[in-house]
Formats: sequence, C-alpha cells, structure tokens
Amino acid sequence: MAATAAKKQPPKRESASEAAKSTSSAQPEAHGAADAAVTFSKEEELHAHREMLLIRRFEEKAGQLYGMGLIGGFCHLYIGQEAVVIGMQMALTPGDQVITGYRDHGHMLACEMDPKGVMAELTGRRSGYSKGKGGSMHMFSVEKHFYGGHGIVGAQVSLGTGLAFANKYRKNGKVTLAYFGDGATNQGQVYESFNMAKLWKLPIVYVIENNKYGMGTSVERASSTTNLSHRGASFDIPGEQVDGMDVRAVKAAGERAVRHAREGNGPYILEMITYRYRGHSMSDPAKYRSKEEVQKMRETHDPIEQIRKRLIEEGHASEDDLKAVDKEVRDIVNAAAEFASSDPEPDPSELWTDVLR
Amino acid sequence: MPIEVLMPALSPTMEAGKLAKWLKKEGDAVKSGDVIAEIETDKATMEVESVDEGTLGKILIEEGAEDVRVNTPIALILGEGEDAGALSDGAAQAGAKQQKTDAEPPADEPTSGGEAAAKSAVEGAAKDEAGGKQSPQEAKATGSAAAAPPQPEALPEPDVPEGTEMVSLTVREALRDAMAEEMRADERVFLMGEEVAEYQGAYKVSQGLLDEFGPERVIDTPITEHGFAGVGVGAALAGLKPIVEFMTFNFAMQAMDQIINSAAKTNYMSGGQMSCSIVFRGPNGAAARVAAQHSQDYSAWYSSVPGLIVVAPYTAADFKGLLKAAIRDENPVVFLENEILYGQSSPVPKLDDYVVPIGKAKIARPGKDVTIVAWSIGMTYALKAAEELAKEGIEAEVIDLRTLRPMDTDTIIASVKKTGRCVTVEEGWAQSGVGAEIAARIMERAFDWLDAPVTRVSGKDVPMPYAANLEKLALPSVAEVVEAAKAVCYRS
Ligand SMILES: Cc1ncc(C[n+]2csc(CCOP(=O)(O)OP(=O)(O)O)c2C)c(N)n1
Ligand SMILES: [Mg+2]
Repeated sequence: MAATAAKKQPPKRESASEAAKSTSSAQPEAHGAADAAVTFSKEEELHAHREMLLIRRFEEKAGQLYGMGLIGGFCHLYIGQEAVVIGMQMALTPGDQVITGYRDHGHMLACEMDPKGVMAELTGRRSGYSKGKGGSMHMFSVEKHFYGGHGIVGAQVSLGTGLAFANKYRKNGKVTLAYFGDGATNQGQVYESFNMAKLWKLPIVYVIENNKYGMGTSVERASSTTNLSHRGASFDIPGEQVDGMDVRAVKAAGERAVRHAREGNGPYILEMITYRYRGHSMSDPAKYRSKEEVQKMRETHDPIEQIRKRLIEEGHASEDDLKAVDKEVRDIVNAAAEFASSDPEPDPSELWTDVLR
Repeated sequence: MPIEVLMPALSPTMEAGKLAKWLKKEGDAVKSGDVIAEIETDKATMEVESVDEGTLGKILIEEGAEDVRVNTPIALILGEGEDAGALSDGAAQAGAKQQKTDAEPPADEPTSGGEAAAKSAVEGAAKDEAGGKQSPQEAKATGSAAAAPPQPEALPEPDVPEGTEMVSLTVREALRDAMAEEMRADERVFLMGEEVAEYQGAYKVSQGLLDEFGPERVIDTPITEHGFAGVGVGAALAGLKPIVEFMTFNFAMQAMDQIINSAAKTNYMSGGQMSCSIVFRGPNGAAARVAAQHSQDYSAWYSSVPGLIVVAPYTAADFKGLLKAAIRDENPVVFLENEILYGQSSPVPKLDDYVVPIGKAKIARPGKDVTIVAWSIGMTYALKAAEELAKEGIEAEVIDLRTLRPMDTDTIIASVKKTGRCVTVEEGWAQSGVGAEIAARIMERAFDWLDAPVTRVSGKDVPMPYAANLEKLALPSVAEVVEAAKAVCYRS
C-alpha cells in the first residue's frame, strides 16, 4: 500500500523542474515518497481537515439515509478516500475541470457543490442537482466545473480527454482532472485516450484512485501489472504513485502534475494509493477482504485522523476547536439530510422534459 | 436525548432481517464509523456502523433476533454528558420518532422500497430481498407488476412426462443448475465474466460453480467487456463453448462490436465454415432506482440482428430449459435475464435433462377475447392484467414469447385469428421495438382477422429517471395493459 511507494524511492525531494524532466524519459518515475516531507501551513491543515470531515460525515449520513430507504439504487460511498479529492482540489486553479465515475459524492463536495443539492439528488427530489433524475451516480454542475457522475466504468476517461481537447482547442489554459478506479484501468478506452492525449499534448491529469479493489476483485487478481502509475509508459506519459491517504502528498503531486499539463507538456498520471472502508456499494458484504485489513487501514492510515493528530501536536488546534469543526460540519450535513427528506419529489411532468433541448 | 440506532436496510426492498450479533456491549464507547453490530438476510451479512459518537446506552433488540423490521430502533446511544437516566424517556421518544421516520416518504408516492415490489436494487450481492420478501397479498395491494410472480396456469411442456415431480426453484438457481449440468456434460463449456468466480456472481447466479469446476472453467475477468467478449468469441471460433456473463447488459454495449460484427456474422462470412457457439448472458432491463445508464432493455436491439438467437424467458423452468438449449446451440445466443426475476420461484420439472426448445412461444394463459404478447419481466404485467381483466369478464390469452429471434410468429397469428385483438407489452422503448415488429407481422399475416389496431404498451420514450415517482411512470404498468386490452375490446 502506501508504504510500498515509500520503499521504492529513497526519500529525496524533487523539484518541479526535475519532475518535468522525467516527463520525457520513457520510464515514468514515482515521486510519491518525496512528498512525505511536504508540510502544510496551519491554514492548509485546517482547510483540508474540515473539507475531508465534511465528506466523511456526508457519506456516513448518506449511508444512514440509504438504510432508512430514503436513498435507493446504487450508492457508492467515498469513506476512506477523502484525502485524494481534497488534496487534488487544493492543487487546482479556479476554472479547472473535474470528471469522475459513480463514486462521486466526495468529488462534488470538493468542487464546492451544495451539500443540500447533492443530498436531494440522492433522495431523488426536485431540488437535487439533476432534478432527481440522475441519482447518486449522475450529477453535474457546469457552474462548479464538475462534469459528472458517470455510471459506465472507464467512460469518464475518454470524456475527460475530450474536455481537455476542448480546453486546448480554446487555448484557455484550463486543466482537466479525470478520476477513475483501479478496476477501470483495464478498460480499453483508457488506453485509446492515453494515446490521443499524449499525441495531441492535451492538458489532462489522469487520477487513478487505487483503493485496491474493483468491486470484489483485488488489483492483483485483475491486473497483469500492478503499478498503475506505469500504465502510460508505452505512450510516454509520466506517472507517479502517491500516498493517497496523506493529503499533503496528494497536493504536492497534484501541483506537479497540473503544472506539467498546464504548461503544454500533455497528460500526467497520478496513482493514488488509497482504500475504501465500506463495501463497493451499500449491499456488498465484502467477503473478499478481512475485517483486520479494513481495521488496520482505518487505524494506521486514516487521512482525517492523521491530520487531526498533527493539528493537535503542532498546537494548531485544541480538542475543543476540532469538536467545534465537527459540530459545524455535522450541522451542515444534518441540514442537507433534513432538506433532502422534506423536498418534494419531481413533478410528474418532469418525466418528459430534458430529453432533447 | 439519546440517539436511536435504527435497523438498516441492505437494499430498498429489504423489509426485515436478523440481528446476528452485537459487537459492542452496553456501556462501550462508540465513535462514528465503529462497527457495532452485524445483520443478516438470507443473502448477505452486513455490518452496522455507528454514525454517532457516545456510549452504547442500551441494546433494544437482543442478538439473534429474527425478522427485525427495517427502521426499528435497535439501540440507544448516549451523547456526551448524558447518563443512563436519559434512557427511560429516550426509549419512548425513540418510538415516537420512529413513527415519524416511517411517515417520511410521501404516502401517495412511495419510494421503491415498498412499492416497486420485486425490484431489488443494489449492485453486488444480496440483490433479491425483493422477490423473496414481499407477500403476494402485499404485491396485489400495491398493484405492482413486478411483485411475486403470478403463476401461469401453464399447460406443462409437451415433453414433460405425466407425473413428473416439480420442484420450486428461484430463477437464479435454475440458471446455475443449467450451467452446472451443461458443464458436467461437455468439457468445452466454460463460464467467464466479471465477479463470476470468487464473488460467486455479482447477482449470485454462479454460486458454487467455482467450487465444482475450478478456476480453469469459471473465470473472473477484469472490467474489460469489449476485450473479454472478443476473447470469448475467439475461443468459440476455435471450437470451445463459452458462456460470457455480462454483469448487466448495460455493459455489453462496450462489447457490441464483438457480439454483432464478430459473433453474429462470422458463420455467414465464412460460408458456413466457422461457427460461433457462444452464450452471452446476464441481467437485462430496468432494475430498481439505478437510473438511465443502468436500466435499459436490449430486447429490440439484439432481436434485429440476423445471425443471433435471442432468448428472454420468464419462468424458472424456461430459464433452465432454455439456457441448456442455448449452451448446446451451435450459434451465438444472447440470453436476456432480469434482475428482478432472479429471486422469484416457480416449479421446475425434476428431470435429468430438461431442455426447452428455442424458438417456441408458450400460451401461458388461454383466453378468447384478446391476445397479450409479452416475454421476460413483461409477463408479470401481462399475467396480472389478465387476472384483472377476468374480473371484468374479458378473457385474455397471454403468450409468453420466450424466444425473440427466431420469433414464433405462428403461435401469435393463431391466437390473433381467434381473438381478433392484440396488445404487446415490453419495458423497452416503443419505437422500433419488439412490439412494433409483432404488430407488423400481425398486419402482414392476419390483417383481415383484426377487429382493432394492435396496441403497444411499452417503456416511456425517455431515459430511465432515478426519482421513485418518475421511475414508476417511466415503466409499463398493469393498469396500462388493462386499459389497452379494454380499449382494443372497445370496453373502455
Ligand atoms: C462497463 C462497466 N462494467 C461493469 C460495471 C459494473 N461496475 C461498477 S463499479 C465496478 C468496479 C469498478 O472498480 P474500480 O474502477 O476500482 O472503482 P471503485 O469502485 O473501486 O471506486 C464495476 C465492475 C460498470 N458500471 N460499467
Ligand atoms: Mg477500486
């Protein structure tokens, strides 16, 4: 896991220009270890802590509402992976775009979409981001540069490449982040996209969220090579493995990758080593992994616990301060849940709208 | 005030489960995310995680309790500064709040949990509380088409000997048995797909097959539909007999090129030299609340392609007998299952080798006033509508098409010549649908016998919406079939 990345490379700090150099080498390099030394300012720590906590509490609430029958269908929770989207978001410039698959609630909150609108979409109500028509897997916000929310494994990789194509076409300086899972890295269109992205030097960062499993299949059982950061090697796309449980490492790698893309060097791959605590979707009994494995990740790698500890140790916050943050976040989430359970269902006439413009 | 922990649902259709185990004791501290208990249904075990922090104040439902209704308070958690004294009034409040929770979904537009009946919704395991749990009475009360299967008064298949013992199997079991029997009989048969082996099938259809046949014949693939469908077709061209499972047919769109361009056309293109004996199978059509990209009926798509055989059964017996026939067939067969039907049971003849011929429709319910043609889940609407119509003195003849290509037009035409009227039922879209094809064939071959235009009941002409109320509107309903049947009988 995260430790593997650290073992591979001697901990040396890599400057952005050095990272950019490795771009041209055919053998992509892993820099993840270098970022262990990266530190955050107090403000950054506090910000990351709060944003990750918001996702955690939101997802716990979504799980609860699902249990009560208020959310239906598929509901894929992001608990455990919070540092990935928050770290990456901190590396973006306003206007940059995000696209992902169906495990998307965290990405939307990170893009500052309104928790009420997201939760109301989960419950299928009229004030949801898709007016209740999309549900958990299909939400979008052009205003927040969030392009969904896609249910077909791998589809967002080509779509994200197309967003990057448009950005290059318009010469607007924007970068696209396309998130996908370890399982998705075996889809053919991923490689078709990699090739075009490199060929045309498209400004895109491919963020692989390696949470070790695609549904019930571990990476080892699905992939002939398991270092997913090397998946761009035959297209000469540089890649790094990153400790995706450490928000600081994520942000540092994200900044390198985004700069690389923005400066016209083409795509970059970041393999985030992370973990999902919950089952694949709500009713996955998760027999394919041991309780101990999950427990160990939670106890030793939890992204929020790590930052909590640091905040206290470094005197940036007291227990009481953190309690207050938790309360503030819980209030937001409770208000969202309240809203999402009282908002009416869509008007029946909505069945027929939005099919075409 | 203590916070009550409620019995969670594993899927929108789960109504009750067993509280298998408490992992925390009264007095233990709990943080959010802590696993406090395990619950079980017949299909899965799940952990209950605490959302709140505090002390486990009181366990309200003892471990081992069966049939605990969803949303029942199972424990009380004391917040910071609360002591056990808060518990007594807490329990009362929990009860009161519980009622409120129950009332939350608008009563007239229930969410799929209570209403969409046999629809189970959650990917992964444990998909079918639905079919299993809802009683026929409930199903009738809600008027949902998808509930417990109306049992066709089917005449037994002609080739089932008199006095054959019938066993009740779920569709899921029937499919598994069919694959196992064919794999025992023919070494060339193997199963491949996502999560078919170690996970025992995303919908638990391949349960036990890995154990019996081993990893060389029950093969987990990566998520790479276009690739593994092509690998399957290649293996079939080389003379093996693959069963390729798509987790759902929505994902087979990734593989469409290999199914149509390679599997369906190679025999023709090679002048009959190279056959492609392969079965593509998996759930097709809408599941519950999974929205547009995961709810589509491909009946019409595949049934328009020469070189393919397309099968879409309804009863467990037909699922078994037709899957066995499909595996033996020398041609590529698209075998359309339905997630909502997986958990439904019906009688299957207990025979060593029960094979149902491809290409034959079945009269599921005889009648003389109007012909209703359906297949797969569409049969639930058709049979229930026939029951309703009977109450009003209209005797509907229900035809279960079972095979969509080649289509048993003769059976349809014979029935229409008797009734003079026909209604088709499908979950797919009307335009270029199977119903449209049936209407055209009836017009071509029985125009003079028609007393009313053929009428199609179909899914609405929109992508599937997520919201419970809209989803219900998007799907066909028993009421629509009844209305259409009455209209063609001029009885509206
Ligand atoms: C084309 C396609 N095939 C299969 C599925 C079913 N499915 C949904 S998620 C999933 C696993 C994906 O795993 P991964 O890419 O690792 O993402 P994670 O769920 O771990 O975030 C599968 C097989 C799908 N949605 N689309
Ligand atoms: Mg994964």
